[in-house]
Amino acid sequence: MSDSYDTPDQRNLLDQTAQGVIGQPLDRPEGALKACGQATYAAEHDLTNCAEGVLVGATIGCGRVVRIHRDEVLAMPGVLAIYADQAMLRRNAQGTAGEAPIQDVTTVDYYGQPVALVVAESFEQATAAAKALRVDYDVTTDADFDPAAVEYEPSEEADELGDLDRAMDEAAFSIDRTFTTEAHNSAAMEPHASIADWDGRKLTLYGSFQMLKYNVKELADSLGVAEKNVRILSPYIGGGFGSKLGISHDAVSAALAARELGRPVRVTLTRQQVFETITRRSETRQRLRLACDRQGRLTGIGHEAWVTNLPDEGFAEPVTQATKFLYAGQNRRLALSIGRVQLTTAGSVRAPGEAVGMQVLEAAMDEMAEAAGIDPIEFRKRNLPAELPGEGLPYSSRMLTEALDRGARSFGWDQRHQQPCQRREGEWWIGMGVASAARVNILSKAEARVTLRADGGVLVESDQTDLGTGSYAILGQIAAEMLGVPIDRTDVALGDSDLPAGAGSGGSWGATSTGSAVFRACEAIRATLAHKLSVDVDELRLKDGLANDRPVTELLDKDLVETGRIEPGKTMKDYSQASYGAFFCEAAVNAFTGETRIRRMTGAFGFGRVLNAKTARSQCLGGMVWGIGSALTEAMEFDHRTGRLMTHDLAEYHVPVHRDVPAIEVILLEERDTVASPLQAKGVGELGICGAAGAVANAIYNACGVRLHSFPMTPDKLVGRLPDPVGA
Amino acid sequence: MATTSATLDVNGEAREFQGDPRQTLLDFLRLDLKLTGTKKGCDHGQCGACTVMVNGRRINSCLSLAIMHDGDQITTIEGIGTPENLAAIQRAFVSHDGFQCGYCTPGQICSATAMLKELADGWPSAVTEAVADTPAPSDEELRERMSGNLCRCGAYSNIIAAIREVMQSEEGA
Repeated sequence: MSDSYDTPDQRNLLDQTAQGVIGQPLDRPEGALKACGQATYAAEHDLTNCAEGVLVGATIGCGRVVRIHRDEVLAMPGVLAIYADQAMLRRNAQGTAGEAPIQDVTTVDYYGQPVALVVAESFEQATAAAKALRVDYDVTTDADFDPAAVEYEPSEEADELGDLDRAMDEAAFSIDRTFTTEAHNSAAMEPHASIADWDGRKLTLYGSFQMLKYNVKELADSLGVAEKNVRILSPYIGGGFGSKLGISHDAVSAALAARELGRPVRVTLTRQQVFETITRRSETRQRLRLACDRQGRLTGIGHEAWVTNLPDEGFAEPVTQATKFLYAGQNRRLALSIGRVQLTTAGSVRAPGEAVGMQVLEAAMDEMAEAAGIDPIEFRKRNLPAELPGEGLPYSSRMLTEALDRGARSFGWDQRHQQPCQRREGEWWIGMGVASAARVNILSKAEARVTLRADGGVLVESDQTDLGTGSYAILGQIAAEMLGVPIDRTDVALGDSDLPAGAGSGGSWGATSTGSAVFRACEAIRATLAHKLSVDVDELRLKDGLANDRPVTELLDKDLVETGRIEPGKTMKDYSQASYGAFFCEAAVNAFTGETRIRRMTGAFGFGRVLNAKTARSQCLGGMVWGIGSALTEAMEFDHRTGRLMTHDLAEYHVPVHRDVPAIEVILLEERDTVASPLQAKGVGELGICGAAGAVANAIYNACGVRLHSFPMTPDKLVGRLPDPVGA
Repeated sequence: MATTSATLDVNGEAREFQGDPRQTLLDFLRLDLKLTGTKKGCDHGQCGACTVMVNGRRINSCLSLAIMHDGDQITTIEGIGTPENLAAIQRAFVSHDGFQCGYCTPGQICSATAMLKELADGWPSAVTEAVADTPAPSDEELRERMSGNLCRCGAYSNIIAAIREVMQSEEGA
């Protein structure tokens, strides 16, 4: 069989198998370890004689290091060394880079960029020494720190169809709005950390990474060593959300110091360093133009976005990604422009593109529906294209209508007042909003090894990571289902770069891609078992350790080991593939202060086969919580005079806390997408954020009658525009 | 550097602190005692991942120096239960999927354990209607009282469900 996935697998094999564990809401196999504090994260591996490294961040926004006052710090108690090596990373690596990012910390590209590493015997000594280290700079005085004050140029050729300007002129109804969103930080709970340990020429690095096969290449290239001499271990990762796609400052500096000192070195970023030095989601400016006829059919759709990054970075937040395929309209213009600023590297943060693109598109769709006098759900349903606009490709599967309908029923959408300011409870205006969810689906190259042991147990192995995404659970479920083995006899080993290269965690592709590799390895084992039983593989029935009613152990004189592989193929090119859903939000806006509270949310999602209903639901929940943050509180705010990030910790950058999050309802829609993968599954890790903040914005409007075009929708933006709180 | 000493009772065991007086309780637990279940998320008292109980009350161990705890009883996640012998709240976190990445989880569990005692003892919170009354164990009360423990994976509603299950089983007992 070819590795590439070229034709839809319509056997739906996982519906024929008998074990009955696929899709079940099983507990995470590593759950008890996590609940007991016994899952070992990057900084927690116990190495003898480990020295402690603390990075020193630049106190200028742009310029050069001219002198580091080493001597006075080297004299401090316990200090072992100070490094400001050419190989140290100036920027962390972008997702799937597979090569060294920009190195050499004698140049300063952004405020807080690491310029030195101080290593000492103890963490306290290293911290004190890092604080004491004086660095002299040559400051670049004309650096650009303000996205509003730089020139932009096209990041790619605009995607144009028909004549949008004319469609706007001739439309029965149209809107033309410009929105802004602020920069975001992933803010995973575990700060980036690495422990480097050399054995001769071989480096073992305990780190916190999402995609080990790329990270090994990035680390080896940065250090100038062979890939075969680098092993990365990331068995548990305390959240990633894009921030751990590529290697970062801790990994390379720990490895350099450990090599020099001849002993293990641990480097952990401080929380402030995570904010200042790890890839941010770019702030955006987005112009939305929508035009429709009297029947509420879109005739034009324009989505133009302006984003930023550092000079020489290839990444540009792909803001219009979902607008390409989501709604109809024969006259279209999608365009992305980039400006260069000396602010922290911009890169992938959970759902790059859709996370901020969809919330704006969905807020604009609400305004358009209102202008056309049509219920916003009906307006969306009326504008789903039959095929990919401009390309004529079919959709692999699309549960958007079902998600809107099911979600609306469960949420009680019929209770919504069409006009704003109709519902008041005490000090609070109450309103409801809806938004579509959409996120592109991607299959990525992956390998996994499955062993059916002679004792009847199963082992699944891959360098795939589990960021909390559920990889340990679902990869075991796929193998248990395919081989008819009880789940408690199925082991899953992940997060070791010596294991076969999975797809890695990112772009919502980990489960479907590495899961498909596991599936194919199991298919090979099934073929062997069928051969041993002298039956056709279609006649094979595997359940509870029995193969066609014989103990499978009777067929095994030794372990059966197979490696499964998958690569994206023709199915990726021949179809438009995405996961879909719908968000419903009830928000309360304080009539006096403009404070917004989320009272309840419902999300309904269709993403192909559900592999584990418990972990998939949690992914959706988590995404919706991110939507609340993006709608109401999260913003990286820079001082545009110096480039300094003013919201560089969790007291200033406000992620949602318990009290910000109500009970959230998640509806998982049953679907099979044979085009997406042999599992008939699509990605779900990012879907829950893609549009969620739009539902919040629309609920705010429905509550208090204020349309904001600026995320996050903080009280200061609302308070001056609210209706008279007592006159109503 | 002057060294200092103290004896702490950690999960029922006497542990000697002898070291740098700048060392936080958090780093003493993680680095010296190898009790890495207590997590460092921010080192500034902003995330709650390092929550432990000191003499039954929850604190952020990153905001407290080890040397300050001579004679104190410290309970960490390792003192609450083990994978082989899970406490009820740990079992509830697993079954309700009260986490994804698991990094904030020990702090959430330690915090919830102490919080339930505070609630039972009638301590008011910012959302308690009348501070003299016994606070109602509403979801709003639970959320307010747990708001010092951040979870970036967004497992909040599952965490509240887990805590509520423990409250109900204790009522039933």
